[in-house]
Amino acid sequence: MSGFRLNLRDGVGANLSDNAISFSFDGKNYRGLEGDTLASALLANGVSIIARSFKYHRPRGVFTAGSEEPNALITLHSGGRTEPNIRATEVELYEGLVARSQNRWPSVNFDLMAVNQLAGKAFSAGFYYKTFMGPALQGHKATRFWWLCEQLIRRAAGLGRGTTIPDPDHYARMNAFCDVLVVGSGAAGLSAARRAAASGARIIVCEESARAGGALVSTPDFIDGEPARDWSADQISELSAMDNVCVLTRTTVQSYFDDNTFFAVERVTDHLSHKDKTSPRQRAWNIRARSAVIATGALERPMVFAGNDRPGIMLADSARRYAIEFGTAPGRAVAVFTNNDTGWLAARDMAKAGVIVTAIVDVRADIEPSIRSIGEECRATIHSGSAIKSVKGMRGVSGIVIANYNELTGELGDDSKSIACDCVAVSGGWSPAFHLTSQQGGKPTWDAELQAFLPGEPLQKWHGAGAMAGEFGLTRAFRSGEEAALKALADIGVTIPKQAAKAGSGPDIDGDEIDYAPAPVFEINSGGKSFVDLQHDVTAEDVRLAHREGFVSVEHLKRYTTLGMATDQGKTSNVTGLAIMAAASNKPIADTGTTRFRPPYTPVAMGAIAGEKYGHLAAERLTPMHDIHVDLGANMYANGPWMRPETYNLPGETVEQAYIRETRAVRAGAGLVDVSTLGKIDVQGPDAAEFLNRVYSNGFAKLPVGKARYGLMLREDGFLFDDGTTWRLDEHRYLMTTTTAGAGRVMEHLEYYRDFVWPDLKVALASVSDEWAGVAVAGPKSRDLLKACVKKCEVTDKGLPFMGIVDGVIGDIPVKIARLSFSGELAFEVYCGAHWGSALWHALMSAGEKFNVVPYGLEALSTLRIEKGHVAGPELNGRTTPHDLGLSGMVSSKKNFVGSVLLQRETFGKEDRLQLVAVKSLDGQRIRGGSHLVAGSKVQPGGSQGHTTSTCFSPELGSYISLALLEGGYKRHGEKLFATNPVRNAHVAVEVISHHMVDPEGGRMRG
Amino acid sequence: MRLTCPYCGPRDHQEFTYRGDASAVRPVLDNTSIDDHNAYIYDRTNPDGLHRELWNHTSGCRTHIIVERNTITHDVVSCEPVGPFAEQLK
Repeated sequence: MSGFRLNLRDGVGANLSDNAISFSFDGKNYRGLEGDTLASALLANGVSIIARSFKYHRPRGVFTAGSEEPNALITLHSGGRTEPNIRATEVELYEGLVARSQNRWPSVNFDLMAVNQLAGKAFSAGFYYKTFMGPALQGHKATRFWWLCEQLIRRAAGLGRGTTIPDPDHYARMNAFCDVLVVGSGAAGLSAARRAAASGARIIVCEESARAGGALVSTPDFIDGEPARDWSADQISELSAMDNVCVLTRTTVQSYFDDNTFFAVERVTDHLSHKDKTSPRQRAWNIRARSAVIATGALERPMVFAGNDRPGIMLADSARRYAIEFGTAPGRAVAVFTNNDTGWLAARDMAKAGVIVTAIVDVRADIEPSIRSIGEECRATIHSGSAIKSVKGMRGVSGIVIANYNELTGELGDDSKSIACDCVAVSGGWSPAFHLTSQQGGKPTWDAELQAFLPGEPLQKWHGAGAMAGEFGLTRAFRSGEEAALKALADIGVTIPKQAAKAGSGPDIDGDEIDYAPAPVFEINSGGKSFVDLQHDVTAEDVRLAHREGFVSVEHLKRYTTLGMATDQGKTSNVTGLAIMAAASNKPIADTGTTRFRPPYTPVAMGAIAGEKYGHLAAERLTPMHDIHVDLGANMYANGPWMRPETYNLPGETVEQAYIRETRAVRAGAGLVDVSTLGKIDVQGPDAAEFLNRVYSNGFAKLPVGKARYGLMLREDGFLFDDGTTWRLDEHRYLMTTTTAGAGRVMEHLEYYRDFVWPDLKVALASVSDEWAGVAVAGPKSRDLLKACVKKCEVTDKGLPFMGIVDGVIGDIPVKIARLSFSGELAFEVYCGAHWGSALWHALMSAGEKFNVVPYGLEALSTLRIEKGHVAGPELNGRTTPHDLGLSGMVSSKKNFVGSVLLQRETFGKEDRLQLVAVKSLDGQRIRGGSHLVAGSKVQPGGSQGHTTSTCFSPELGSYISLALLEGGYKRHGEKLFATNPVRNAHVAVEVISHHMVDPEGGRMRG
Repeated sequence: MRLTCPYCGPRDHQEFTYRGDASAVRPVLDNTSIDDHNAYIYDRTNPDGLHRELWNHTSGCRTHIIVERNTITHDVVSCEPVGPFAEQLK
């Protein structure tokens, strides 16, 4: 095939302007015109091989002119913007566009991986299942050999490659509401939108292409005396100017969900050479429509015949559109092969645009005289009752061989005739594009007259119009659009008087009236490779093989052959595949049924779905002291949504050096850490004590005012849920703290019991996490530090005993001080109103100067608590009980509480459960988090006996240590094991020790 | 799917957190039968048709509502508030 640019004149090149545009494909520079797609520009430049196929690496060219394209997949851009598997037929050309072919080596024109074709028989349907799932030959070694083969084969088969570099573009999300959503802006969609908009209802019109109008853009028909494309352009600008109408072009409605919710993706800057950085690249729309008109048209389907995948073979209507819309001849000599009248119209329109149509081959013996005269009009030889037997040419089309065809028996005659051509325009009929309505559950029904599936009964508020609903041709499209609009208006309670409805009925159409029903011919079986699914390289023989092997349901057929499972989801192949399956099983197509379409309609960029949840627009939580940490040069670190200081590095210090220094400084003197991120819940009411007593495993009923208590919370199934301290501020008022990560779920947990389980308890809950800022002051000098700055209260051991709470003032700042210790040292938590947070930090820092106070980060915080043996998130992993973590003493036997009953389950008493211990590195090697504890060597480690949870270097022990969960761990102190981590190539000799590594008696924190 | 919060009106389900089968009732506090608690935690009927579900409007007013929903058609039949203030909300 060698396409070329036609002389643009009236009606030819309707999409194009004169402005030349340069672009590159596979490193070669080309020129196109403004309005071109990448596909039309490549065709105009005579580029015919654009891609290599999925399995066999066969050369492939442009097959369609729209989003249904199975062949012409390319990779756009480079670096973080790399986007694979983009349909060249949808890419609008712009100055400087860079595209490359994919799945080929070394080049798309000369692809060595095409040797896969020689092994074609081996790669038939079910290849993976048959090859890799058999019994192993010699134990697991044979299986490993097959895995290796699989990796090689998978590398050779495939599509484009994505990138692991972050996407630098930004994306937006939009929530929209409307009365009527109109999907598609062709004849049916336009008439529906006009009718609905006139009522004043809020309308959104979504059009997938850059230009609204659908088929009106390329039809030679006249509407109200104007060329259809001009008429539709006028209509669109009128609609766009209305206040109650929003017209979105370049917007694909991808999904139809419950509650009449539609998901659409708008390509905002993809088509621009100079992208406005303030605009998102794409915008994802969530549209809630009270009712909808679905006018998504129909997709032409191909005929299946030997060699039907050669570059130069494309759908007839697409070939026609390239000629008329893009002024591009798809070839120098085009043969049309059809089973219906639309193929003839395509031939006529191409000929009118200046394309040479050499022959029209129609499987039907009887052709209406009016249609037959079209062939004469375009000076093509007419071969009715004939079909293509084979295609000549290897890397393109040099001709076709045709023979007599018997429509009833499906047999080809022995005669054969050669026709020279470099392009074959194929039409196998039209399949309504009811993907959206199928997604939401409407079961399609087979229409034997139209030889097509039609959308089934609506389960939600939508109405089909135009070709999508089987209403082919402009007249019926306009009429059905009007009707659908009236039904949609009725859904929202707007009724139009019958006469008014009539008065506004459709425009005056001057055009073709033809029969759209094709002959029931889907495949010409002449031997040779005939492709059904071009993108996944599924042949007609694969479908029959699947049937012979017993895969009779369409769902099985699809999964076994992978027909319709590629990025195009079988838009051009599903119906043909079903028809071949039906023929093989001697069943009518209606009984074979069809698979349900799944969202999205076309592939969607992950960025569009993620929207502003990631990247620079993502929400971050900052503590009131955030700026101070940044000024101090802290390594800020994302801990869930929170940004927290990891370490405060001195110049030249590594993270490890920094946290070791900070840990030592705390144990020797004093340190400050920002604990504002802890969850805080205000619990009030006359029944607050009773409520807490029921949700904590330890007793809370007798906690005196002015005291805090560490509490454990369990789930109903007996596993640990969260921990924290709760302070009794007043007779009926408590301040509960939770872990940082658990703040949200603890609140939900408490609300569940308050609202649903014990609504009779008089208790109120409020999240006050953001209202309080907190600083923990830890270390033997912490009391001296507080004494130096706290006024209006005592912080002596007597005035503020362990677990005591006092109210005081630091500078002008009212504070609450509780004597709590996470580090095992003498320590206090100082809380103040969030707006005082940075003032509090500064006050404590300056009071601490003479005690050499240091700020410490999460790493040191963690190291201090690991050394002390305090548990945190990695140990509270949802699979541990209080007993597993050495916290049996925290479980009251005198009351019933959440989790108390199922905690008694037999399994929780087993001695070999994973129990909390610590391990200490014996050989100076670092212990990796998530290492398994094993008894054996690196090569033969033996089974896992447990795993490490929280690891660090302990300055106190002078060694790498880790908390660990070990089978029957409590009785195994002193044992020698290995902490193995094959992923990080680590195998460290360790000794099992008690998790109470620092000050087990607690003298320091109580001192 | 949209749920109608008694305070906030119809809202997208993403604003809510599913809290489980609303027909599962916790045994009273002094019931210490493991079987009863086991049934409360684990036994579910998984009906096709109407199902009573507990939802919390966590990204809104944090009211709990009982949603009666058809698991086949996804139709929401009713949304009723629960909790100490349920009566005032009705």
